[in-house]
Amino acid sequence: MSLIEVINVSKIYNTNSIPVTALNEVTLNIEEEEFTAIVGPSGSGKTTLLNMIGGLDNPTIGNINIAGTDISTFKTDAMINFRLQNIGFVFQAYNLIPVFTARENVEFIMLLQGESKEKRENEAINLLKAVDLGDKIDKKPTELSGGEQQRVAVARALASKPSFVLADEPTANLDSVTANNLLDLMEQLNKEQKMTFIFSTHDARVIKRAHRVVTLRDGAIESDVVKNGILANSD
Amino acid sequence: MKTYLLLAWRNLWRNKRRTIIASASVFFAVLLALVMRSMQEGSYDYMIDASVSMYTGYIQVHKDEYWDKRSIDKSMEVSEEVVKELRAIENVTLITPRLESFSLISYENATKVASIIGIDPEQENRMTKLKEKLIKGNYLTENSNGLLLAEGLAELLKVDVGDSVVIYGQGYHGVTAADRVPIEGIVKFKLPDLNKTMVYLSMSYAQWLYSAPDRITTLSIMINHIDNQQAVYENVNEMFDKNYEVMSWAEMMPELVQSIEIDNAGGIIMLGILYVIIGFGIFGTVMMMTAERTKEFGILISIGMKKGRLAFISFLESLFLTFIGVAAGVIVSIPLLYYFYKNPIELTGEMAEMILSYGLEPILPFRFAPNIFIDQFLTVFIIALISVSYPLLFIRRLKPVEAMRK
Repeated sequence: MSLIEVINVSKIYNTNSIPVTALNEVTLNIEEEEFTAIVGPSGSGKTTLLNMIGGLDNPTIGNINIAGTDISTFKTDAMINFRLQNIGFVFQAYNLIPVFTARENVEFIMLLQGESKEKRENEAINLLKAVDLGDKIDKKPTELSGGEQQRVAVARALASKPSFVLADEPTANLDSVTANNLLDLMEQLNKEQKMTFIFSTHDARVIKRAHRVVTLRDGAIESDVVKNGILANSD
Repeated sequence: MKTYLLLAWRNLWRNKRRTIIASASVFFAVLLALVMRSMQEGSYDYMIDASVSMYTGYIQVHKDEYWDKRSIDKSMEVSEEVVKELRAIENVTLITPRLESFSLISYENATKVASIIGIDPEQENRMTKLKEKLIKGNYLTENSNGLLLAEGLAELLKVDVGDSVVIYGQGYHGVTAADRVPIEGIVKFKLPDLNKTMVYLSMSYAQWLYSAPDRITTLSIMINHIDNQQAVYENVNEMFDKNYEVMSWAEMMPELVQSIEIDNAGGIIMLGILYVIIGFGIFGTVMMMTAERTKEFGILISIGMKKGRLAFISFLESLFLTFIGVAAGVIVSIPLLYYFYKNPIELTGEMAEMILSYGLEPILPFRFAPNIFIDQFLTVFIIALISVSYPLLFIRRLKPVEAMRK
C-alpha cells in the first residue's frame, strides 16, 4: 500500500456553465520518503492535484487514498482534522500568521492538535533550531526575510508530525541562495527524518533536486520520471 | 483559549487606524445615546416629581371607590398608628391628609364651583410649598376658621383678603355644609386650572363644615426618589385591605403618563436611528476585516483550523472592537452624566419663560442610574453580536481553495 494513491481522478470545474477539465483520469502512487516534484506549465493541473492530495478540494470522479484511507468521503470538519494530523503545508507566500512570532506560528499547529503548553514550546523551539532560526524565535513575520519566513513555514508544516508535506511553489518568491538553502533543509529533513515531500513547482532548482518528477500537461500525466533512471509511468 | 484571545486581540491591532476609527464611532454613539437617554429620563423624572409635588404626591390612599366617585361619603378614618406605620416605611418622606370636596362658593351675586380642600397646613406646605404661593394675607394655622382662596377664583368672585364668602355644599351622609367664611389669604397657582378652583381650609374646620369629624378623603404620600416608588407602593398596599384603594401617581395622572410615553417613543426612534448607524459602522468594519483576510482564513483552514474555531476568533475580534468603544463610552459618560445630574443645565430665554409659566424650574435635568448604562451597554452589544453573524456565515461558506486564490 502506497502512502498516497491517486486513483483515476478527474476534476471538472463549471465556469460560467462551461465545463473545464482541470484533471483528467490521473492515477499516481507516492511512497513514503519520496522527494517528488509535480511540474508542468500554468494551467496543467499541478496545483489542483496538490489540492486534491491535501484534501482541500474533492475530485469530481475517482478516489484519493492516504495511508489506506479514502479522503474523498470525509465531511468538512473530519477532513480538516485529517489534514491537521497527517498533512503539512508550505505555501508560495509563506502565509504565516502575521500577529504571531515565529515560535507562536509553529506552536499554533500543536495547539490545534491539543498538545500541552510545555510540549508546544519545547517542540517549537527545537523545530526552529532545526531550520536554523534558533535566534529568531520571538521575531514576527514582518521582522524576518522571505527565506526566513519560508523556513518558519517549513517548521510549522513539520510541527504536526505529518505523514507528508505538500509544498506549493515554495521557492517562487526566493532568491537563488535562499532557495538553495531552503531546499538543502528540505532534503536534509527528507534524508534524516524520512519526511515525504511533494512539490508543485516549475522552478528548475526544485526539479533538479527532486528524486522523482511528475509532469502534467492539460490535466493529465505526461511523464513520471524517477531520477535513478527508472521510468515509472509515461504516456 | 488564551491563545485564541491573544490571536483575536493582536488581529484587532493589525490595522490600528481602522480599529481606532471603528471603536471611536462606537464610543461616540454610546456617549451620545447615554447623554440623550439620561437627559430624556431625567426630564421625565423631573416632570413627574414636579407634578406630584404640586398636588397628588407619588402615592395616595383612599377609601375604596373614592377616586371614581369623589364623594365625601367615601371618606375614611385613619388612626395615628397607621400614619406612624406609613411614615416608618423606608423612603417615605412625607404624609399629608386631606378632606376634599366640591362645593359652591358665593360672594354677593357671583357663585362658582370650587374644589374645597381641608389640609394640615404645615404638612401641606412641606409637600406642595403652599405657603410660598401666598400673595396676600396670612397662611392657615391648625385651627384657622378662615380660608385660602386661589387668585383666579378671587378675581372671578371679585373678593379680597378680609371679605367673607359663602360655602354651600353637601357634607358627610347628605348633611348640608354651609358657612360664611372669611378670606385669610390669597394664593397664586401657575396652572390656570388650579388657580380658578382651589380653596383651602384647615382640617379641623373642614371636618366641622362637612360634618365629617376625624374623617379624611385622602392620604397623600411623598417619597425621596421615583426609583423607590414601586417598593413603597407595594409596602403601602400591603397595609390596607380591599376596603381601601392605594393609587400610584401614574394611575392618578394618566395624561402625564401618556405624554411621557409619546415623548419617549420619539426618543426611542432617535435612539433606534443611532443604533442603526452604530450597527452599520460595526458591520462595515467587520465586513472589511473579513474580506481582507479571506486568503488568511483559507490558509488557516488548510493547515487544520476548524471553521468553528476560526469563527470564534472572528467573533472575539468583533467583541473586542465593540467592547473598547462601549467601555470607553461608558467610562467617559459616568463623570459627565454625574456632573449634569448634580448640576442640571439651566435654560434661558423664551424656553425658560415658557417652562416658568407652568410653575416649573427652567432646567434640563439628567438621570444618573445604573439602568441607563446597562441598557445602552447591552443594546450596543446585541447590535455587535448581530454584526458578527456576517463573518460567521462567511467562514461557514468559505472554501479554502477559492479563498487562497484571493
